[in-house]
Amino acid sequence: MAKTHVTMTINGGEVEGLVEPRTLLIHFLRENLNLTGAHIGCETTHCGACTVDLNGMSVKSCTMFAVQAEGAKITTIEGMANADGTLHALQEGFKQMHGLQCGFCTPGMILRAHRLLKENPTPTETEIRFGIAGNLCRCTGYQNIVKSIQYAAAKINGVPFKEAAE
Amino acid sequence: MIPGQFEYHRPRSLAEATTLLGDLKADARVLAGGQSLIPMMKLRLAAPGHLIDLASVGELKGIQRGGTSIVIGAMTTQADIIGSKDLADSVPLLREAALQVADPQVRYLGTIGGNCANGDPGNDMPAIMMVLDASYRLVGRGGSRTVKARDFYFGTYATELKDGEILASIDVPLPPAGHGHAYEKLKRKIGDYATAAAAVMLTVRGGTVQTCSIALSNLSDRALLASAANAAIVGKPLDKAAIAAAVAAARGIMYPASDTRGTPEYRIHVGGIMVERALKTAMARAKG
Repeated sequence: MAKTHVTMTINGGEVEGLVEPRTLLIHFLRENLNLTGAHIGCETTHCGACTVDLNGMSVKSCTMFAVQAEGAKITTIEGMANADGTLHALQEGFKQMHGLQCGFCTPGMILRAHRLLKENPTPTETEIRFGIAGNLCRCTGYQNIVKSIQYAAAKINGVPFKEAAE
Repeated sequence: MIPGQFEYHRPRSLAEATTLLGDLKADARVLAGGQSLIPMMKLRLAAPGHLIDLASVGELKGIQRGGTSIVIGAMTTQADIIGSKDLADSVPLLREAALQVADPQVRYLGTIGGNCANGDPGNDMPAIMMVLDASYRLVGRGGSRTVKARDFYFGTYATELKDGEILASIDVPLPPAGHGHAYEKLKRKIGDYATAAAAVMLTVRGGTVQTCSIALSNLSDRALLASAANAAIVGKPLDKAAIAAAVAAARGIMYPASDTRGTPEYRIHVGGIMVERALKTAMARAKG
């Protein structure tokens, strides 16, 4: 099958490649570009481990062909840290609040939470839980993931983070 | 999982898309949001030789309000529907249902047209469009025709859509002011298809139901309009007896599959409960 030339902007840099039309975006990221931060979990559009930010949307990169992302602006976990190398508020939140155990779901969780906080900078706990409903974690029970996102929201908004009583 | 090989097309207009589809016929599928088709292709349950991506067909996008109806382009995403102030005000049932489709990531890409045209009995929007008495505009190379959502579905993946046709837009009549609505969906977890779901829209005057429509998701091989259940309610106060009669009539047409979501007996049981809850919620929201 003839390959198609694709160009997209990933983490601020322009990239290009030759792909078969059937190449999924996650495979293009991981295999062509060596960006292995986004993970392949379920491969069936359920788990969200492959979530990346694309044109202002959270998308499951295992459920999109690379050719569909022609011209797109994409952010992956590799592009989340601040320019000076310090951690993004969400990365810091996941570290401080123990929002990860095995870490497999974390890149997808952070990218999804990133878009959630852009759209709703002050989410309630319920809004966070519904907001990350497309991302599965099999370790944490979500409690600390919710806290991590609350921590990040507080930091981004410049207000002190108060952990809710359990 | 890697899908089978296909050739990728990205037409810039509906005319270009229907010409391509007309030439390629059954070997081609149109690609909307891809959130149902791509998983099917990865499982090799679908292996089209050509994919016609509608992403660049601008005329298929957008929500336009007319005097008596709202026209929704088929490529409008569930996230667009959720974000539309106009729809939230005038057809709140659509937003309530869109929020229950899959999960946030899928709703950014998944389209209203894909959800309606796919023909999977698990899709949520067919029952919603039946309740709203929406019409689908189907466009082929030779022209276009309009089919009511209530006449569109024949069975699992069997619809009125013919080879070479694309669902271009959906015409949703504006519901009367003061109507009550509800979409009650029982599911095992967020993101799942319904174990059983019921959609209701009704109007009330002086405590008596004036008009009512009820439709069911994933309780048969296609979405069902529960006409006998509607008839059991119209002209009556929505009391215990009327609700029981509507639930019994709705259960009478349910014919759900046995799958991981439950046995037919269980799904019919909870399907009735969804009808009851949707009726009560719609009644509580109705004014008049």
